[in-house]
Amino acid sequence: MIFLASLRKELMEHWRTSRFMVLAIVLTLFGLISPLLAKYIPEILKAVPGGEQFAGLVPTPTMTDAISQYIKNIGQFGILLALLLSMGAVVNEKEKGTAALVLVKPLPRGFFIFSKFLSLVIIFFISLLLAGMGGYYYTALIFSPPDLSAWIGLNLLMWLVMLVYVAITLLFSTLMKSQAAAIGLAFASLLILAAIGAAPSFAKLLPNQLINWGASLLSPTPVSAWPALWVSLAIIFICLFTACLALNRQEF
Amino acid sequence: MSTIRIEDLQKVYGKVHALDGLTLNVEPGAIFGFLGPNGAGKSTTMRILTGLAHATAGRAWVGDFEVGDRKGESHKRIAHLIGYLPEEPALYPWMTSSELLDYIGCLFELPTTDRHQRTQELLALTGLEGVSKRRIGGFSRGMRQRLGLAQALVNRPQILFLDEPVSALDPIGRREILEMISSLRGKCTVFMSTHILADVERVCDTVGIINHGHMVVTAQKDELLKRYTIPVVELECESGQEKEFSEWCKILQSNGGIQTVTVEGLVARVVVDDLESARSWLLKQAAQSGLGILRFQVVTPTLEDVFLRLVGSDGRLQ
Repeated sequence: MIFLASLRKELMEHWRTSRFMVLAIVLTLFGLISPLLAKYIPEILKAVPGGEQFAGLVPTPTMTDAISQYIKNIGQFGILLALLLSMGAVVNEKEKGTAALVLVKPLPRGFFIFSKFLSLVIIFFISLLLAGMGGYYYTALIFSPPDLSAWIGLNLLMWLVMLVYVAITLLFSTLMKSQAAAIGLAFASLLILAAIGAAPSFAKLLPNQLINWGASLLSPTPVSAWPALWVSLAIIFICLFTACLALNRQEF
Repeated sequence: MSTIRIEDLQKVYGKVHALDGLTLNVEPGAIFGFLGPNGAGKSTTMRILTGLAHATAGRAWVGDFEVGDRKGESHKRIAHLIGYLPEEPALYPWMTSSELLDYIGCLFELPTTDRHQRTQELLALTGLEGVSKRRIGGFSRGMRQRLGLAQALVNRPQILFLDEPVSALDPIGRREILEMISSLRGKCTVFMSTHILADVERVCDTVGIINHGHMVVTAQKDELLKRYTIPVVELECESGQEKEFSEWCKILQSNGGIQTVTVEGLVARVVVDDLESARSWLLKQAAQSGLGILRFQVVTPTLEDVFLRLVGSDGRLQ
């Protein structure tokens, strides 16, 4: 009951502070406009003065272009929103004093962290579901319908990548004393993971490899990335566990 | 058995000793005024007792449970025993007051019907029934303080910790909150920190004075006032008799049993050796003097007098 109460409070906060709405709208919009952009880029180029000469160079758009556009947009903005929505989750409550108010109650500190994480898991799931439905519908309408199970697989893998960044940012939000420090370190982690990913031997282990796996599901030759999946789950677990340990030691 | 027991508690922040061997007992049912100047260690003590901070050394118990034992069930059990109102209660601005009280009720695992009933009771007690559906973000400071007190009472705590509950309020808000605290007498033990002496004098029955991280004195308020009573009698005479009054005071000074007599206009302040015997003979002499005595009063010290005597106006122990 305590965990459910805490989770309900978190979900209510996402709703009342419009965070959920912003996330759902942004991801759904990108879901909808990605196939449209893929379809109409040649037309847009033609409409731009001097762009006619380039329009001829752009090949006729296909469903694959729509999917690439979708992956690029949702991947980038999803991760950015994961950082932005998680950065203040714990540190804000510490700064404002609301953490002290509830942590003197019989609310275990682990529940405090896990309810925040699970609420973000849920709102990212719903937002990505809406984006996925929109993207699938427009892709099917403008081009041809992608394989549904592969499309679901792609979205689930992108969701997991976002959750890795949610967990990393939640950890920094617990460890740091300001939102700025939390997001600064989360961005630094993003850059470090990108830098490590430049080495092909490491890249196959990193969370971003899951996006490539998702993309390959829609190609004739899917390439799985199980090590990246296990590493991603391990990162999530380690970040949340460390956050709980850190919060247990902190004073308010 | 004490409700709150603290033994040689220490808390060090870098080179600062916020608590320096604090020892204290609070009896069940007391409204305990935890007095001290700013920075004396009041809030630190309260944060340790509520589990929000860890002691560097020493031990403390709330009810039957030792504080600071996060691994065991102790923390959970203490959380069920206590209510806590921080100095500036931070509440979720996007919630309504009834939602907040319901949420806190959920954290205490109160059944739904009990939670709803308790929410209504507390909204009524704190005078917030009319704004139960309004978001907390639009509340005044006084309303937030009242809601802060309500949330501390959701679980019907046996021990209520109040950290400077009225220091930020206007006189009306202060009176309201103090009346609420007074109404808790007999229902739970109240541990209230403050630096406002008049508030303690108004509601507390037991007083502890802390300075530089350790207890200076702990006693029943009346006993403390009695202990620090100064043997002084003030006499005031009718106007127009200043000269005669002054002459009489000079004669009085030569009497045995009187330390000093100071006259300011129509008022004489007489410091005696023994207040009990001086009451009768001094009154007799005043009556025999033929002067028109308007007032004969044994000076009772206020808590402020005692506090200043013990702690000093500059916060230094005397």
